[in-house]
Amino acid sequence: MTAAMSAATPPTPPVVELRGVGRRYPGAVAVDAVRDVDLTIAAGEYISIVGPSGSGKSTLLHVLGLLDRPSSGTYLLDGIDTAATTERERARLRAERIGFVFQAFYLLAHASALENVMLGLLYGGASRAARKTAAEEGLARVGMTHRAEFAPSTLSGGERQRVAIARALVARPSLVLADEPTGNLDTANARGVLDLFDELHADGITIAVITHDLDVSRHAQRTVRIVDGQIVDGQVE
Amino acid sequence: MAANRVHWRGQFGEALNGVLARPSRLVLTALGAALGLAALVATLGLAQTAANQVSRHFDAIAATQVSVQPQSESAAGGESTVSVAMRMDSAARVVRLPGVVAAGTITRIADAPPVRSVPVIDPSAPAPPLVPVLAATPGLFAAVDAHVVAGRTYDTGHEDRGDAVVVLGANAAERLGINRIDNSPTVLIGERPFAVIGIIDGVVRHTELLDGVVVPQATAARVLGLVAPEQLQIQTAQGAATLVAHQAPIALEPNDPASMVASAPPPPSALRDRVRGDVNGLFIVLGLVALFAGAVGIANVMLLSVLERIGEIGLRRALGATRRNVATQFLLESGLVGFLGGLVGASTGVTVALVVSSTKHWTPVLDLRLAVGAPALGLTVGILAGAFPAWRASAIEPVDALRGGT
Repeated sequence: MTAAMSAATPPTPPVVELRGVGRRYPGAVAVDAVRDVDLTIAAGEYISIVGPSGSGKSTLLHVLGLLDRPSSGTYLLDGIDTAATTERERARLRAERIGFVFQAFYLLAHASALENVMLGLLYGGASRAARKTAAEEGLARVGMTHRAEFAPSTLSGGERQRVAIARALVARPSLVLADEPTGNLDTANARGVLDLFDELHADGITIAVITHDLDVSRHAQRTVRIVDGQIVDGQVE
Repeated sequence: MAANRVHWRGQFGEALNGVLARPSRLVLTALGAALGLAALVATLGLAQTAANQVSRHFDAIAATQVSVQPQSESAAGGESTVSVAMRMDSAARVVRLPGVVAAGTITRIADAPPVRSVPVIDPSAPAPPLVPVLAATPGLFAAVDAHVVAGRTYDTGHEDRGDAVVVLGANAAERLGINRIDNSPTVLIGERPFAVIGIIDGVVRHTELLDGVVVPQATAARVLGLVAPEQLQIQTAQGAATLVAHQAPIALEPNDPASMVASAPPPPSALRDRVRGDVNGLFIVLGLVALFAGAVGIANVMLLSVLERIGEIGLRRALGATRRNVATQFLLESGLVGFLGGLVGASTGVTVALVVSSTKHWTPVLDLRLAVGAPALGLTVGILAGAFPAWRASAIEPVDALRGGT
């Protein structure tokens, strides 16, 4: 798959296709965190989803990452209707098709950088040797080979996020979901991570970044704004 | 779509890493289980050791005594009759067998005349006490471990000559008013005088010897109408009793061994098990209580660990772990803690049992299953203790877990 295919070529379904997706949190006063969202992300696209806090972008991220189920609408991931999936199947889809990058990195403190990257393949069922080889490649890709045996606590924030990105990439997912990936980083480290995303995009990886930071969204090909749970502009080119 | 399946070694490795990541906590948690299992192993081991000391004492007597009787048949009227008479030289026949330390025949003379120590019959005196008369070969005294209180027992010389001598049991001597030998006392059996040459006490078998007057077998045959001995008593070397019990009937009646019945010593295990069962009951309860406390400790720490690692749980779910994967991880972790506690507990318990045994000069007797079973029990206890924390971990929603940050 190459970046050139990101224009509409019918045989490959879009990575993400949301149609009228809503997520309502039931309660005494039901809250619609996300309402009637239509969103298509083509393979190789690099989009950003921006919005103020409380706008519903975290909920949208959870829906996109199959951590939460929409209460209405349909979500096709690589053409697979996720509404029909069981919990086990969703876990498998997460393991194989989605890579997460979090603001807080979520690296295991007691494991080395390499072992943290290997974790990205653990639940796909690969053998330890295969995971190790893939993790070494992943670290090389983010330029962290020299830190493979380091504990996360000895790495800088930017280096930690690079390790986390390697972990997200190691299973060769269809979609990389990044939630405020630079939120915990200083300007220099943030720029390094964003440059890395640009490189990954150039390699044809599909990336969706959720952020409230316009400097981050500027790197993306396309920006989607979400306010009060609804997409307000930039949905369709 | 195929089920999500983690390589089991991967899952085990994650659990091992999870446990080893917090070494001080691991040690403290495993210590609880280790203490319980050490208590269990040590007490069970010591109980076993102690029970074996007791039963060995019993066994030493039981395992060295064999008695042989002619096969008896129940005849009409309830009287048991003897089909084949025991030979007079039975003792001499078996004493040649290897493993036989001493052997002697013993017979109760059923219709013996009354025994008196005073020759004068005083019509006004109360009837003389009835003292049974027994005939025995000289080897019997050694075979029953008789202790000579005064004088001596008769020997093969007396036996061969059929001398009119007797040995008194301690109780019989008291009833007959004889307590010393140096004044050459005499007893009368019927009208026939016999010289008292010794008084015996402290027999381990045939306690009727203590109440009776014992005459040499040949003498009894000559003057008291003894036809055949009733029973052969054999003392064997330790451990030889079973073999001797098998061989003695053949030595006695080569042509018809079945006519002689040798009573094998009671199987020692029956007694041993009973004693051990009594002793162990209390110890097991104590060890189980300690183990339960250890299990509660593991459950507590695992629950704490789950709460601390909510972020990690969320991450694992995001990386594709199912609820079951998460639960398995925590079950394995607490199982590992329990297993480690079991290893430490087993070795500590065995050491304690060995040290205590050696200070008491006991031979330590430890069931191998105990040492192997303790880690297995620790593993089981760990998994059981981890069940609730693992369920809690698996119930955590990834969305909630990832909200907080690490």
